[in-house]
Amino acid sequence: MTAVPVPPVSLATPAPAPESRRRVVDTRGLSLTFQTADGPVYALSDVDIAIEQGEFVSFIGPSGCGKTTLLRVIADLEQPTGGDIQVNGVSPREARLGRAYGYVFQAAGLYPWRTIERNVALPLEIMGVPATERRERVRQHLDLVGLGGFEKKFPWQLSGGMQQRASIARALCFDPELLLMDEPFGALDEIVRDHLNEQLLRLWDKTGKTVVFVTHSIPEAVFLSTKIVVMSPRPGKIIDVIPTDFDRDRTLDIRETPGFLEVAHRVRQGLRAGHSYDD
Amino acid sequence: MSSRFDPWCAVATVLAILALAFPVAGGEAPLLWWGAPAAAGGLAIFLLTVLHFAWRRPTGAGHNIILLAAVAVGCASALGLVHGGGAGGHTTFGFWLFVFGLWAATWRGLDGLAGVRSFDAGRQRLIDLSVPVLFGLWLVFLLEVGTVGFGVPQVLLPAPSMIGARLAGSLDILAADFQQTFLKAVLIGYAIGCGTGFMVAVLVDRVPFLQRGLLPLGNLVSALPIVGMAPIMVMWFGFDWPSKAAVVVIMTFFPMLVNTVTGLTAAGAMERELMRSYAAGYWQTLFKLRLPAALPFVFNALKINSTLALIGAIVAEFFGTPIVGMGFRISTEVGRMNVDMVWAEIVMAAIAGSAFYGVMALTERTFTFWHPSYRERR
Ligand SMILES: Nc1ncnc2c1ncn2[C@@H]1O[C@H](COP(=O)(O)OP(=O)(O)OP(=O)(O)O)[C@@H](O)[C@H]1O
Ligand SMILES: [Mg+2]
Repeated sequence: MTAVPVPPVSLATPAPAPESRRRVVDTRGLSLTFQTADGPVYALSDVDIAIEQGEFVSFIGPSGCGKTTLLRVIADLEQPTGGDIQVNGVSPREARLGRAYGYVFQAAGLYPWRTIERNVALPLEIMGVPATERRERVRQHLDLVGLGGFEKKFPWQLSGGMQQRASIARALCFDPELLLMDEPFGALDEIVRDHLNEQLLRLWDKTGKTVVFVTHSIPEAVFLSTKIVVMSPRPGKIIDVIPTDFDRDRTLDIRETPGFLEVAHRVRQGLRAGHSYDD
Repeated sequence: MSSRFDPWCAVATVLAILALAFPVAGGEAPLLWWGAPAAAGGLAIFLLTVLHFAWRRPTGAGHNIILLAAVAVGCASALGLVHGGGAGGHTTFGFWLFVFGLWAATWRGLDGLAGVRSFDAGRQRLIDLSVPVLFGLWLVFLLEVGTVGFGVPQVLLPAPSMIGARLAGSLDILAADFQQTFLKAVLIGYAIGCGTGFMVAVLVDRVPFLQRGLLPLGNLVSALPIVGMAPIMVMWFGFDWPSKAAVVVIMTFFPMLVNTVTGLTAAGAMERELMRSYAAGYWQTLFKLRLPAALPFVFNALKINSTLALIGAIVAEFFGTPIVGMGFRISTEVGRMNVDMVWAEIVMAAIAGSAFYGVMALTERTFTFWHPSYRERR
């Protein structure tokens, strides 16, 4: 990958001062109970979370603790059964109709009858972006995720990781203010994952987008986030919120620094506390 | 590798040698192989070839083509024997042992050819095509030597050569029948039936109760013998082709309706949610997601309907028609014991039906190449 000389990391530098930042996601007592044949499943219970514009918030927690469900509620793909939620100051439905977010699903979900290029162009087509601009944006974003040269391939001719990268390009290309990413790098190998982590951090730093990110990887969460939310299952609730303040232009080498390890340790503690094998 | 024993060719060799020991035809003056030197020459070529391959199993396209060429020479001799060679109607053991020998060699040759893998796509397609064609020719050969060799009465089963002669001799009648039945009743009825079935399905899809209620009903009607409505259609639309087209419309409508309604539900949950996340409208979702996902189902209906339409049009003509049409010809010529004409119509119907189906299947491939069942072919 890129072998750029690493600037010394200064943990002391705080993030740029937040000048009157807008609340992008705001929930109060948010709950969601699925009624299933085997009785109710408490996927979310009393979740209070505020995400401000420009934040990078990672959700981490054991499988089945409601991370995907929370993301889906924000995206208006699931209706909460209790509590309040606002996205961009309005209801999730209005936010969705205003095309407020780009969603990267846990699986790529590309359309097999479209080439990679046309898959990435899909949201642009729907939003009525003119063809010339569409081509330009698709090219840019395929390059960004390292898929330049694969424009004319069909999804099923690509590896799983490449498909996932195409789906990230698809979510980015219409330039949404809010990115909802559900384990976007879960299927990728370590090296590509590191590379994309850096790319995503650069993108976030450059564009000031708000990112809500779900992951199972502690280093990934600590590296990327301004805030890490640790969740525990049954019922899915928040057990710790850990703010971080690393340099905005940090590189992967930060992962060996004591400050980084300290935060990672706290995340691990939180996960341990919430993890019960009592069922 | 090249000198492996091949049981099929060995069996063919043994059978061909045994055949030499028996007369070709019975009757008052039995015909022996040396009484028919041309046929014996063909047998000798065949025998030498299979003897060669019995010790060196044929590999690759070249060997198998040589083997099949020798089979063709053998088949030609057998046909010569039954047609004018004096064996027609009273073939005996020697002849049939030879035919079984040819059978064994054909088996080996076609099996070998079917297993050939070429990196050249054009060559591969040629090989893939030649196997069913050669097999079909082999079946026609069996039918020919069977009917002529045993002297089967032609009202029961005319020899392929007779049917062929009849086909070639009545091209004008056949063309008129084809135009009446296929070009008018079948194609027009098919287009209207499939078209309306598809459009109604898209409309039905917007009404949840119809979607639920119509599906079982449509399935039920698809299973009914709709051809039975032909007399009623004649009463409504008269004797000429429109009444036949009407039968075809009814027959093709429901399979298309049912398949399209099912197909419109085929898109996955995540694919739909993606559209939802873009705040895509109903028509955008329909054209960019649900219809493409439904295409395999739509083509399924198009293929089923291509056969149904032909059957429907032909059978509908049995219930009253002007004096032209494939169904009309079949029903009248069978009454006059002109069985070869009936078979000529059947052969034409088979060719037209297969071509129709084939065109649909090819179109399907170009439109649904992305479907898992076709992917590896690209
Ligand atoms: N549609 C549904 N119907 C019923 N139960 C559901 C449904 N969706 C999710 N659940 C349940 O809600 C809980 C939370 O699921 P969710 O998918 O949010 O977990 P997750 O944290 O994303 O897990 P993972 O890390 O494995 O992706 C699980 O117990 C799951 O079984
Ligand atoms: Mg999940």
